[in-house]
Amino acid sequence: MTKTYQKLRDLFGAEVLGLALFLIAVIVVFGVLSPRFLSGANVGSIAFQLPELGLLTLAMLVPILTGGLNLAITFTANISGLTLAWVLQMNGGVDAPTSAFVIGVIAAISVGTLAGFVMGVVIAYIGAHPILVSLAMMIFLRGLGEFLTHGGDISGFPEYVQPIGHGYFVGIPIPLLIFIVGAIVWHVMLSRTRHGFAAYMVGSNIQAAGYSGIHTKRTLTLVYTLSGTMCAIAGIIMLSRFNSVRVGHGEAYILITVLACFLGGVDPFGGFGRVMPVVLALIILQVLSSGLNLLGANQHLATAVWGLFLIGVMVIRWFWHRFAQKQY
Amino acid sequence: MNQPLDNPSGQVVPAIRVRHVTKTFGGVTALDDVSFEVLPGEVHCLAGENGCGKSTIIKIITGVYQPDAGAEIEIFGQKLSAITPTISRKLGIDVIWQDLALFPLMSVAENIAFEGMLGNVPRIARHATLRKKAAEVLTRLGVDLDLEAPLHTLSVAERQIVAVGRALVGDARLVFMDEPTASLTQSETEKLLAIVAKLSSEGVAVVFVSHRLAEVLKISSRVTVLRDGRLVGVYDTDGMTQSHLTELMTGHTFDSVVAAQDRSKAPVVLQVKNLTREGEFNNIDLTVRQGEVVGITGLIGAGRTELGHALFGMTKPGSGEIILNGAPVRFRSNRDAINSGVAYVSEDRLTLGLVQPQSIADNIVLPVLDSILDRFGLISSSKKDKTVRSWIDDLAVKIGEPTDPVTTLSGGNQQRIVLAKWLATKPKLLILDAPTVGVDVGARAGIFEIVRKLADQGLAILMISDEIPEAYFNSDRVIHMAGGEFIGEYDPRSTTISEIEGAVFA
Repeated sequence: MTKTYQKLRDLFGAEVLGLALFLIAVIVVFGVLSPRFLSGANVGSIAFQLPELGLLTLAMLVPILTGGLNLAITFTANISGLTLAWVLQMNGGVDAPTSAFVIGVIAAISVGTLAGFVMGVVIAYIGAHPILVSLAMMIFLRGLGEFLTHGGDISGFPEYVQPIGHGYFVGIPIPLLIFIVGAIVWHVMLSRTRHGFAAYMVGSNIQAAGYSGIHTKRTLTLVYTLSGTMCAIAGIIMLSRFNSVRVGHGEAYILITVLACFLGGVDPFGGFGRVMPVVLALIILQVLSSGLNLLGANQHLATAVWGLFLIGVMVIRWFWHRFAQKQY
Repeated sequence: MNQPLDNPSGQVVPAIRVRHVTKTFGGVTALDDVSFEVLPGEVHCLAGENGCGKSTIIKIITGVYQPDAGAEIEIFGQKLSAITPTISRKLGIDVIWQDLALFPLMSVAENIAFEGMLGNVPRIARHATLRKKAAEVLTRLGVDLDLEAPLHTLSVAERQIVAVGRALVGDARLVFMDEPTASLTQSETEKLLAIVAKLSSEGVAVVFVSHRLAEVLKISSRVTVLRDGRLVGVYDTDGMTQSHLTELMTGHTFDSVVAAQDRSKAPVVLQVKNLTREGEFNNIDLTVRQGEVVGITGLIGAGRTELGHALFGMTKPGSGEIILNGAPVRFRSNRDAINSGVAYVSEDRLTLGLVQPQSIADNIVLPVLDSILDRFGLISSSKKDKTVRSWIDDLAVKIGEPTDPVTTLSGGNQQRIVLAKWLATKPKLLILDAPTVGVDVGARAGIFEIVRKLADQGLAILMISDEIPEAYFNSDRVIHMAGGEFIGEYDPRSTTISEIEGAVFA
C-alpha cells in the first residue's frame, strides 16, 4: 500500500496525488448521497461547465506564477466575444457565412491578445504593479463593452456556432476538448519551453533572472499577451454556450480562478505552481458545486462551501507541511 | 605572543561572565562548555566561522535561549539563575542585529525612542518627549541626524547609528553588534568605529561580531574565538595577525603562498581604453590576458562594482572603449555581454547571483537554456540532467538532490553553483565580484582553487575584492582603485602585502 503510494507520488508529485485522492473521496460521498450524481447527465453538465472557468483559470495561472495577477480576464473574454459577435452581425447575423465566422474568431483572438499585450508592456516596461494595470484594463474593457452594447445582450448567431458550446466530438464535449488542448499546451509551455522556465524564474526573483541573461521584460509581456489569448478563447466558448454575449458575463469567475490556482498549490508570491494540480482543483470545485446542487442545496450555499473548503485546504496544507518537516 | 589569557580582569567586576555554558538542540550540541567574559567599557570581539555558536551565545546572554543545566551566569556582578529577555534588557544588555530591526516608515526620533512608550499600560505617545529623548542620545553620540526624516530615507550607516541610539535610550551598558559593518563603506565604517570608541570611553562595553578580520583586530582589545561550539581561547589583539586569527577560527593552517605568475606573453582577452561613466569611474585602462587573474582592490565605494557592471553590459559607459578578443564591443544589455563570453559573479548572491528559492538544477541551466533544447525546441530533461551533473561533479559541489532548493546549500556551495552556472556559458572573461562574501573562511580556499584551475585552463579573470590578502595571494596582478580611478598596480611577487595595505588604507 505505502509502496504504491510512493510510486504514484514520485510519478505525479504529492500535490497532484493529494488532490486526486480528495477528488475521489468527494465523488464517492456524493455518489452515495445522490444516485443521480454519477448519471451521464450530471457528468455531462460538469463537463460543459468546466471549460470556461478552466480556460480563464489558465489565463490567470501564468501571471500569478510571475508574481502578478490579471484581473481583466473575464472582461477580456467578453470583449473578445463581442468582437466575434460584431463580425457575425455585420455579415448577416444568423445567416453569416462560415468565412465570417473564421474572420470573427481571428479578430476575437487578436483583440484578446492585444488587450493582454498592452497590459504586459505597461507592467514590464513601465514597471507598474500588475494589480493596478489589470484593474485599469478591466475597467476600461468593461466601460467600452457596455458603451458598445448599451448594456444589453447581443444574440442571433448562425446555427453552426452552437456545437462549439454544446456539441460532441467522438463522444467528448467540444468545449472540454478545447480546454484539454489548452491545458496541455500550457503544461508543455510551462514545463518544457524557455518562456515557461523564464516565467518561473521571473516570478521567483526578477533581478537575479535578469542578471543571468533572461529577457525579463519580454517574458512578462509575453505572459500577459498569452493570458489575453487564452481569455479570447474562453470568450468564444462563452458566446457559443449562451448563444449571446453580454458584457459582465462570468464576472464572478475572476476570484474563483485565483482561488483555483491557490487550491492547486500555486505560490501566491510567484515562482511555483503547475498546471495539473490546478486542473484537478478546478474539477474538485466544479464537482462540489454540482453535487451540492443535486442534493438540493442552494447555489449560494454551494459558494459558501467553496470558501470553507479553501480555508480547510490551507489548514490541511499547514499541518502537512509541519508533518513533512518533522520527518527530517 | 597570543597565548590565551587566563584571568586578565582579576579585580574588575566583569560586565558579563558566563561559565560552562552548554546548549544542545535536539541531539546537536551548539555550545559545549563555553566560558565568555566581557569587561565594562571593553570592545570585545566574538570571532568564529558560521555555525560556531556565536549567535547561540548571544541568544543565551540575552535570554532568548536557556542554557542547559550547569551554566553560571553573572551580569554586572549579579549572579543569575535564569535570564529572560526582559531581565537582560533591564540589566542594560542590548543587541543590534544585522538587520537592525528598525521601522522603515517611522521617523528617526520614533525609531530611537519608541521603546520608552511600551509597557503593559497603553500610553499616548508624546511626540515632544520622543524628540527630546532622541535628540539627547544623538548629541551624546556626537551625530547630527534629522529627527523627522523617515528611516527609509537614511543610508545604511545612518540607520546603524539610529540602532545604536535606540540601545542607548534603554541605558545599555553592554551592546552586542552583529556584523555591523557588513554593508558600510570605508568612511562610514570609520565613523561607526569612532562611535564604538566613544561608547567604550563612556564605559559601555561593545561586543563585535564580525567577519572582517582586519576591522576586528583594529577596534577590539580582546577577541574570543569559538570553533564548532567550543571555546578556542581568549586573545589579546595586540600582535595578533589576520592569518593567525584565521587559523584559530578554522583550526587549519592556510599556507598563504603568492600564486602570481607572469602572464604577460599570453594573448589579450579584454582591453579597456579610457572607460568613463560619469560619477562612477574615470579613464580606466585595463588589460586582462588569457589565464591571468587580475585583482582589483580598494575601499568600498571606489567604483569597482560599477566598473564590473559596465563590463557586463548592465550599464552603459559614457565614453571609452571595451575591446574583447580584439574586437570593440558595445553591449546593449547583459545578454549581449553573456553572448560575447563575459560572465559576472555578483557580490550579492542573495538577490542577484542566484534565483534563491528555485532548485539547484534550474539555477545552473538558467543562463544556458539554449544548450539544453531538443530538436523540437523544448527543454530536454536528459540534457538538463547531464549539464547539471557534469558541473556539480566538476566543481565538487556538495548537494543533496539537484531538485533541492539552492537555499539548502552552505555559502561556499552556493557560490560554487554560481560559478557553475556562469562556467556553463563558456565564458572567455569571468568577473568575480567579492567571490568569498558569505563564504566560511575554511571554504574560501576551495573557491580560489577553482579560480586558479580556471585560469590555468585559459580563462581571463577579473577579481574584485575588499579583502586585500585575498587579492594579494590569488591574483597575478593587483590593481588599487580609489575614487573611480586606478591609482596603483602591484605585482605580488615583488610587493609585500603591507605595502598594498598601506596604500589602500592611507
